[in-house]
Amino acid sequence: MLALGQDEIAKYPFLADAGQYLKDQGFSLDQFGSDPDLKHLIEKAYERIRIAADGKIYKSDLDGDQASNSAALPREVFSFLLAIVLLKLSGMHTLIKRFALAEARRAEKYLERDLANISDESKNQLAIRVIDDLFSVQVKKSDDYFIIPVSDYLKHSVNFHEREWKLINRHVENGQVFLSPHETVRLIRKELGTYINSKIINAKTPTMIPGFEDSVNKLVSLSKKFATYTVITGEYPPCMKHAIEILEKGENLPHSGRFMLATFLLSKGQTVQQIAPLFKNAPDYNERVTLYQLNHLAGTSGSGTQYSCPSCEKLKTQSLCFATSECDNIINPLQFGRKKK
Amino acid sequence: MQESDIIFLEDSFKKYYFNHFDQITVPERTSEREFGYQKFNSGMTRHISLKDDKELHLLLMQNVPSDVYCSNAYYTFPNLPMNEKDWKEADLIFDIDAKDLDLSCRESHTVSVCNECNEISKNSIQCLKCNSPKLEKKSLPCKNCIDASKTEVSKLSEVLIDDLAITKENIQVYFSGNEGFHVYVYDSQFQEIGSRERSELTDYISLRGAIPETFGMKKLKQNRAYFPDFDDKGWRGRFSKHVFGSKSKRSKIITELLANGYTSFQKTLDDMSENIGVKIDPNVTMDIHRIFRLPGSINSKSGLTKTLCDNLSKFDPYVEASFLSEDTVEVFANCPIEFKLKNKTFGPYNNEKVTIPTFAAVYMICKKLARIA
Ligand code: SF4
Ligand SMILES: [Zn+2]
Ligand SMILES: [Zn+2]
Repeated sequence: MLALGQDEIAKYPFLADAGQYLKDQGFSLDQFGSDPDLKHLIEKAYERIRIAADGKIYKSDLDGDQASNSAALPREVFSFLLAIVLLKLSGMHTLIKRFALAEARRAEKYLERDLANISDESKNQLAIRVIDDLFSVQVKKSDDYFIIPVSDYLKHSVNFHEREWKLINRHVENGQVFLSPHETVRLIRKELGTYINSKIINAKTPTMIPGFEDSVNKLVSLSKKFATYTVITGEYPPCMKHAIEILEKGENLPHSGRFMLATFLLSKGQTVQQIAPLFKNAPDYNERVTLYQLNHLAGTSGSGTQYSCPSCEKLKTQSLCFATSECDNIINPLQFGRKKK
Repeated sequence: MQESDIIFLEDSFKKYYFNHFDQITVPERTSEREFGYQKFNSGMTRHISLKDDKELHLLLMQNVPSDVYCSNAYYTFPNLPMNEKDWKEADLIFDIDAKDLDLSCRESHTVSVCNECNEISKNSIQCLKCNSPKLEKKSLPCKNCIDASKTEVSKLSEVLIDDLAITKENIQVYFSGNEGFHVYVYDSQFQEIGSRERSELTDYISLRGAIPETFGMKKLKQNRAYFPDFDDKGWRGRFSKHVFGSKSKRSKIITELLANGYTSFQKTLDDMSENIGVKIDPNVTMDIHRIFRLPGSINSKSGLTKTLCDNLSKFDPYVEASFLSEDTVEVFANCPIEFKLKNKTFGPYNNEKVTIPTFAAVYMICKKLARIA
């Protein structure tokens, strides 16, 4: 594990060992529930989750360079650790996912800033090490660029749909890809989210702590707003799983991807009402528009023709195909699993 | 294929294997590879593991396969079913095939063989004699086909070496035994990447999916300074050579490109992909569980051997990959295309009985253009 300074833990709190940190600071969890001077931190933690659930990034006290403010630093870390405790106590997975994603975005900002920091070598060394240790991407600095091996680049970039992330649209030289600090960090966004998510999932759930109940209850009702109706039954082909994953994370799925998923599920006999909630987490979700579009695809409005699911070939050209050996040379995702003996 | 043809082919293949054990050896890290083979008129036997050359030679002598294969992947348990093999890594592999190159010469040396009555014709829809639609295309690739494939191999090597930092020593080029080449890359940074990553890599190599921005063309805020220059690395450098031609024309052509606009620029890129992108078969490279023809083994589509090309430009498959015996044999040949093997010219034959050397007879029988008399 990396040796971290106070301000670094505040920026990347998920790197810290929570129990150890509290002990080092001389606190126990119970205290936060009972000590009137500390109780507001639970409020702060709840806020941190609520903002994340809304798809926004928690505005940190560290911004505006109050980082030197020694009181702000532990508060910042505490609110993160307490947020995890609240999430564990509430047991709400949708909130955990959203929180992890928002925290990843937040850390991304700091990583990017640290990478670009030319005046303080130790800052960008730390960022480089975080990226290497956590995501096994070997980053080297070269003038204003960060260079990483093509193979490392590919392992991450294949998760992106935008054409500018295709290797052909990158500066490639000598087996390396050249990236800006922003791109370097963007490349590991998904993994950063997954990392934080799994850290939370794997954390022990404490028994209820007096003083935490209110916030936990508020979280439970908050999570209702985001409940996803899992429509997944049976084995779906990798392309569909991937699309659903993106939607569940609240990331943007291109139009072609939504078309693919919707036509696939409609062909599988799902109804418009069953499918619509899947798109709920999309950043640009609009219920009326979504229903209208789905009805159109289903043929229940407009021309009355039901659209069919695109072929694997077509999906390949749209970079929506994530074929595994299980696809077994089928020509349409609807055939997935049928060939199996 | 009739029984007597199969007996003849098996006999000829067996002789080759027996006399050329030195030429057909197991690849390195043998015990981590999956082997497979096919016999004439029967299915594939896969999931075989072999220890050494001896076991391979035994397999060849016992089964007399029409084709022998070996994985480019390394497994912990190569002989178990696919999902239990425990895939570790795989050499990068590229397939370049003359039939994918859209060559104008193709038509002149391609015929259709009817699966029902063996009638040979130029018609590609249905048999002129029995009207059956079951036609098989057979081509006797010409020098142009081979040269064009070699050009693609050279283009591929250039990208591998210049852009992807693969060392020359880690690239091996093989004549596939029929119409193209297999290029193997060993010990690269790409050993462990999966199928999707390999597919992305092939897009890079064949210049597929490029956007105008990459080559300096923006939708808004256009700027001449973004356009590639001759000493740029990678595809931008190649773009300069292809699109500008010479340094003196660069400025004028940039003006034209800007005037023609963004959409037209995308077309320029798509044309460029057709012209200077390397024509590799993406499905082959991205399949990390495939088994490939084993170097040194015979390709039953031609009777020629999959052969290492030490000197690609000089390599002549019709001399250097033909190893079968000179003993003559009598065949009924219906081969409207002239061909050259071991520096001798054969055909065209119009349904006639001819006595020719084994290597030429095998070539035609494999192409279904002759049968044992
Ligand atoms: S091969 Fe077809 S089913 Fe499989 S991931 Fe690609 S598009 Fe989906
Ligand atoms: Zn016929
Ligand atoms: Zn030709």
